[in-house]
Amino acid sequence: MSKKNPLTEKPLDYMLFKAKREKQFITGSEAVREAVRRANIDIAISYPITPQSETMHLVGDLFAEGYVPEYFRGENEFAVMSQVAGAAMAGARVFTATCGPGTMRAFEVFPMWSGSRLPVVCSFMTRGINAPLTIQPDTIEMAFLLETGMIMLHCETARDIYDFNLAAFIIAEEKDVHIPVGVFMDGFFVTHTRELVDIITEDVCLPKYNPQAAPVPTIDMETPPARLMRDPFVMKSNFVSYVAHASWQQEVRAAAARSKKHIKKYLGELIEIENPAAPTIIVASGTAVSQAREAIKLAKEENIDVGLIKVKVVRPFPKDEIVAALSKAKKIIIPEFNIAGWLAKEVAAVLPDNGRIVATPRVYGGMTMPPEILLEDIKQAVRKQTQ
Amino acid sequence: MSKRITEMCPALNDAMPTEYRELVENGPWLGDKTVKDLGTFKELLEEHPLCAGCNLALSLKIILSSLPNPADTIIVGSTGCSSLGFMQVGIHNIHSLFGNQNAVATGVKRVLSMRFPDKKKDVVVMAGDGATADIGLDMTIHSWFRGEKITTIMFDNELYANTGGQESGMTPAGRVAYMAPLGKKFPKINLFEIAKTSGCHYAVLLTTANTVRLGACVKKAILLARDVGPTYVQIHTPCPTNLKIPPEESIKVAKDSEKERYAFNEYVSEAAKSFLENTGNKK
Repeated sequence: MSKKNPLTEKPLDYMLFKAKREKQFITGSEAVREAVRRANIDIAISYPITPQSETMHLVGDLFAEGYVPEYFRGENEFAVMSQVAGAAMAGARVFTATCGPGTMRAFEVFPMWSGSRLPVVCSFMTRGINAPLTIQPDTIEMAFLLETGMIMLHCETARDIYDFNLAAFIIAEEKDVHIPVGVFMDGFFVTHTRELVDIITEDVCLPKYNPQAAPVPTIDMETPPARLMRDPFVMKSNFVSYVAHASWQQEVRAAAARSKKHIKKYLGELIEIENPAAPTIIVASGTAVSQAREAIKLAKEENIDVGLIKVKVVRPFPKDEIVAALSKAKKIIIPEFNIAGWLAKEVAAVLPDNGRIVATPRVYGGMTMPPEILLEDIKQAVRKQTQ
Repeated sequence: MSKRITEMCPALNDAMPTEYRELVENGPWLGDKTVKDLGTFKELLEEHPLCAGCNLALSLKIILSSLPNPADTIIVGSTGCSSLGFMQVGIHNIHSLFGNQNAVATGVKRVLSMRFPDKKKDVVVMAGDGATADIGLDMTIHSWFRGEKITTIMFDNELYANTGGQESGMTPAGRVAYMAPLGKKFPKINLFEIAKTSGCHYAVLLTTANTVRLGACVKKAILLARDVGPTYVQIHTPCPTNLKIPPEESIKVAKDSEKERYAFNEYVSEAAKSFLENTGNKK
């Protein structure tokens, strides 16, 4: 590349586990900037939408400072995600971010990223979807993205945002994965609030993306063979073409499944379990986990024993892990920041005896989830259980 | 590109299809061919599933024989009849989605400029009128506004051919088509004029009837995109299948249109003019 990144390249495990860190009091958006600063990306493409915009402003600052070689604003999210696709096909490590209505505008592109095996990293600062117009936090867009083929990581804290965004590039680029990673963070709740985050202080960054090592050919007229189409379609009305398309879809999902070992290596288990022996267990992702932690403290004061499962990875869905962790639970409470209750549906679909699930509380449209309402639902579940 | 990309592993040489061997040995990759050289080299596209008498197929053949540097050319296509021809094309090309071709090309061009600062990689968009002027119009025009150094080529058959012949924005007013059962109610989009005022340094309106001129204009458009800025080539490619034209008469229909809406028209910006003068390429 033409511009020299001022940082020294180090592998991801060094970055995550060995590099010196220092606590900084920063917002979630700033945590994304700090991850991207050390991700050694080639290009970032932006388009404004609240509450994502601040993040891509900050990535723009990285461009101005020389940490990102190329950066521009596209004309809409569908175009931006398509520009991102072109950049990835031409051999670049790419970053972008969007949310809510922007996600919906770009939607056709996400399964194409997966089908084209593009290791794009996209952050989603989740927000509600029109109509009526809303800019408030809501995780409804994740319900739509579940079947796009991309890996989906859901951050609880700014620390998660920092670590997940940094690791996402390497997980996405693993040769047996090479599909997009969406890093989800609840808009405003974690993007615009400050917390202490352990930030790497050494002048180090990830190794450069090497398109020659990718499992799919780069479109640059340097990679053989010359007669090459990304991505060829077999559009005949016969069995062979149906099989070609079916196996292609299976392979994208298999790639996501293969990402599990890499996610475990860099980010730990796909779910985090606290107090698994408790008769009542809350299953949550994103900032609903933080609210659950507060509610569990309140429950403890009333001598109610409640456990917690934090779902960090939504795709590939940690089915076996969740089923095992819930094997002894009497009641399972699933609080969510959306009307669809997609996490409750996901858990219900894999769980034997899913009548144990209490799919509340569910708040949306920007509403908050006070721990007290979660506590009420815990108490009600426990009452029913003992009746 | 390095010549390595076309060379076969010697052990597999016998196993490769004859036509691929011919492409390696006598393809146009490393030479600057023109339409007049057709027949003396192995073409980048010789077989395709497009209909008999298809003007799009003819113009594709002419374009691929007129690339100034096929060894370093990347094509971005779009969904439609044209996409059916690209799987057999002997250079790197992308089919992504319907309408996003100029956005994908933007990403490709930006990255190739960074990855290969000492090489000129030509990025050429080829798509139909629906992809370019309807569903992808904002991305077409915004790539021009931004001054992306890519060539946009529109195959204008004045309808959605691959889906069965529906009205498009490029259909002339009054014509009856699917989805316009009483005839089209508004005029053909004048994308040629829009290109002139949207940042294109070269725009040309022409048909498949004059193949030598078509080849020369394509070459000029790509050379100007490489060094000056965005360029636009709009080719009338009447569709024999949907317009019920006998295949042998389809070029005549294109030629007839040169007397009216497709009269040859070429725009060259001042910057492009001085570039052509300085490089001695005034054709």
